Amino acid sequence: MFILVLRFANVCKNANFAAAFQILINMFKIIRKTYLTPSVCLMEVEAPRIAMAAKPGQFLIIRANERGERIPLTICDYDAVKGTVTIVTQIVGASSRIICNMGTGESFSDMAGPLGRPSDFTLLPDGALKGKRYLFIGGGVGTAPIFPQVKYLSGQGALCDVIIGARNSSLLIFTEEMKSVADNVFVCTDDGSAGEKGVVTKVAERLLDGGKHYDHAVSIGPMIMMKFCSLSLKKYNIPLTVSLNSIMVDGTGMCGACRVTVGGKTRFACSEGPEFNGYEVNYDEAMRRQKLYRNQEIEADERCRSKLEGKQ
Amino acid sequence: MRNKIPRVRAKEQDAKIRATNFKEVCFGFNISEAQAEASRCLQCKVPGCVQQCPVHINIPAFIAKVEAGDISAAAKIIAKDSFLPAVCGRVCPQESQCEGNCILGKKGESVSIGKLERFVSDYAREHQIRFTEKAPSKGKSVAIVGSGPSSLACASDLARNGYDVTIFEALHRPGGVLEYGIPEFRLPKESVVSYEIETVKSLGVKIITDVLIGRTITVDDLLGKEGFSAVYIGSGAGLPKFMGIPGENLNGVFSANEYLTRNNLMKAFDSSYETPIFHGHKTAVVGGGNVAMDAARTALRLGSKVTIVYRRSQAELPARAEEVHHAVEEGIAFDMLTNPVEIVGDGNGCVKALRCIKMELGEPDESGRRRPLPVEGSEFEIAADCVIMALGTSPNSLISDTTEGLDTDRKGCIIADETGATSRPGVFAGGDAVSGAATVILAMGAGRTAAASIDKYLSGERSPL
Ligand SMILES: Cc1cc2nc3c(=O)[nH]c(=O)nc-3n(C[C@H](O)[C@H](O)[C@H](O)COP(=O)(O)OP(=O)(O)OC[C@H]3O[C@@H](n4cnc5c(N)ncnc54)[C@H](O)[C@@H]3O)c2cc1C
Ligand SMILES: Cc1cc2nc3c(=O)[nH]c(=O)nc-3n(C[C@H](O)[C@H](O)[C@H](O)COP(=O)(O)OP(=O)(O)OC[C@H]3O[C@@H](n4cnc5c(N)ncnc54)[C@H](O)[C@@H]3O)c2cc1C
Ligand code: SF4
Ligand code: FES
Repeated sequence: MFILVLRFANVCKNANFAAAFQILINMFKIIRKTYLTPSVCLMEVEAPRIAMAAKPGQFLIIRANERGERIPLTICDYDAVKGTVTIVTQIVGASSRIICNMGTGESFSDMAGPLGRPSDFTLLPDGALKGKRYLFIGGGVGTAPIFPQVKYLSGQGALCDVIIGARNSSLLIFTEEMKSVADNVFVCTDDGSAGEKGVVTKVAERLLDGGKHYDHAVSIGPMIMMKFCSLSLKKYNIPLTVSLNSIMVDGTGMCGACRVTVGGKTRFACSEGPEFNGYEVNYDEAMRRQKLYRNQEIEADERCRSKLEGKQ
Repeated sequence: MRNKIPRVRAKEQDAKIRATNFKEVCFGFNISEAQAEASRCLQCKVPGCVQQCPVHINIPAFIAKVEAGDISAAAKIIAKDSFLPAVCGRVCPQESQCEGNCILGKKGESVSIGKLERFVSDYAREHQIRFTEKAPSKGKSVAIVGSGPSSLACASDLARNGYDVTIFEALHRPGGVLEYGIPEFRLPKESVVSYEIETVKSLGVKIITDVLIGRTITVDDLLGKEGFSAVYIGSGAGLPKFMGIPGENLNGVFSANEYLTRNNLMKAFDSSYETPIFHGHKTAVVGGGNVAMDAARTALRLGSKVTIVYRRSQAELPARAEEVHHAVEEGIAFDMLTNPVEIVGDGNGCVKALRCIKMELGEPDESGRRRPLPVEGSEFEIAADCVIMALGTSPNSLISDTTEGLDTDRKGCIIADETGATSRPGVFAGGDAVSGAATVILAMGAGRTAAASIDKYLSGERSPL
């Protein structure tokens, strides 16, 4: 690091600021880390170029170390001035465990992004969102990716209601952050340990049956939850956007690992998505494709756990 | 008459052994083998080989130096025209280029030009012979999109000419197809590809990975706020084609790009890397080009039985002759004149078989090759739990979609004239991004042509007041 600072200073002296900037660019240093739940970790990471270009709905690809997998994660917040992006990772296997095991001050080998198309509403002309009513439905770790969207929409004068669901109270994340940007936040848990008892679709139906009107709904969470949201909201005739977390490799549109069927056509979730019309997605196929490497993943995670434990 | 010895064969790993590892198949010549082979060259006054070399390397001249034992002089001659000889010596389709037009080949066997080129460049590398002279700085900077062979060639020519060059690469490692597509057993990554990239860097070229042009920054930004005077687009043709037949999204169906990227770029064959790869028992690879051969031989090395399914006949296989030969030796089966019509699932969403139809050759089509036509009622199934589609690739539309005034053709290829200039002033392009999927040598040639045009463009430009 010291040498880098020296190099940085040197290049700055030569008045080539762009070059100096470039030296620092590929250091993806973690500057803040907190656990939101025992298995969900928030990190703020230095990535100036990504922070400058990021828009709601986009993701990045992270590689923790030289032997790491390329792991897609949604950009949950970004600060162009500070040059940082925020990611929220749930430990579900080896790679996410390795990511969450890194500490403040350490750097990821790689971070590429922003990837994917920004949410459609970011393309609308100024003023078009004023007074529009949005319903967001977030499940589990999917709640975090909703945050930048709600923040953006509120900034544009749209009205956002957010339903946050989790299995129990200890798995709820982002409720306070969400309250700071949304108009109403509704919390529900499967076991009733926080908020309403029940699933997110039940809350959505209650709001809609109670006469609430929304121009658009967005659902992000486990594939199965998005599927049930689509079945449930269809009855109310509200346009629905979902964000698909299919398996990816490059995340730039050159491999097709992420292909999903939307409206009967094969689409690449990384380059043509990740957001699609929620009523057109073939969820069953998408869920099946997510499980392709299941056996290898379980083995990898066991290896990873024993390695990490060995270190401590 | 010159030496009448038969063509010298380079030693290779035994087919049975190499089918289980990822080490390079061919060991290449040693110096005495190289000199013996070089002594076969007739030193033609009008050499046919040079005419058919896309970059017109002075082949007889370098071969004469090999014969005389002055390998660094040979390396210098090659370096004048080719910038990645260690790569080209290994992957060029010599049989349809230099060797295909060698006078000796008319009656007997051509000079083994590719193996000699490889020998010279491997020797130069092992003896640290690098040609890194460069002109004084011109004080202007050029941005290059992508880091495949066309970009590397363009970057090194510009850097030698005194330009300040920065390459932006989307992936985490530079090299393009050389890194993610062509497998280790044909093109070693550490010893050859990384070395070539280090040579480019030693000229002062900066390579910034993890930057996807069009998303992280746009071409307009490069020319605008990033302050570059010109841009070269060498983004390749990375978008894989699928057939559009039923069952293509079943678990166990992959594009060759995905399969090869997992194995080459992500090193899935090495268990100390995290990325998984699907281990099939019976793999069917659809296609007949280099990509199909590479995917098939990779699957074989990962422990699968492999069949290549190709809709034309053996004679039309577009892959390099040597690769087809190696694939056959390694025990890969070929189902020629066969075209898939459906991928059959096992009821649980996984591949069970590839349903195919037999083909026969009809009248020649636009490509001059006889058009394959289905034979009615000839459908049959090939049992498989893994299907790899190697049907070709086309350029990704991201850059053209996000760059003001950059024209593309119907197939999504960037339109560039013979100098590499595009419809947008200051923006040049070449390689697979312009031609569609082609070859390393053509991509490299296009990069060098564009470097010359960029130099002209920037020299003519008035310096800012
Ligand atoms: C666009 C997008 C945005 C995402 N955003 C987030 C996020 O903000 N926070 C978060 O915690 N997770 C997010 N994910 C999911 C995250 O990428 C996976 O949980 C992670 O890759 C799991 O890797 P693993 O090795 O820890 O788990 P594994 O044990 O390898 O796998 C567990 C499950 O994760 C999925 N998965 C595995 N490898 C990949 C891969 N390379 N790409 C995608 N999914 C994979 C599979 O469905 C698998 O069954 C996102 C995925 C996508 C595609
Ligand atoms: C498996 C395989 C085997 C092959 N075998 C042979 C062979 O034996 N002989 C032969 O001559 N040819 C072979 N080829 C073809 C040859 O590799 C290509 O023609 C050649 O690599 C093209 O070079 P290029 O520089 O134009 O593009 P590429 O090598 O494709 O490089 C393009 C680079 O640009 C990057 N990029 C793309 N978009 C962006 C963006 N928006 N921003 C930043 N970076 C971007 C990509 O990640 C990539 O690294 C093979 C190809 C494949 C796939
Ligand atoms: S055509 Fe053959 S024999 Fe003649 S110069 Fe070329 S390599 Fe030598
Ligand atoms: S992840 Fe490779 S194309 Fe989408």
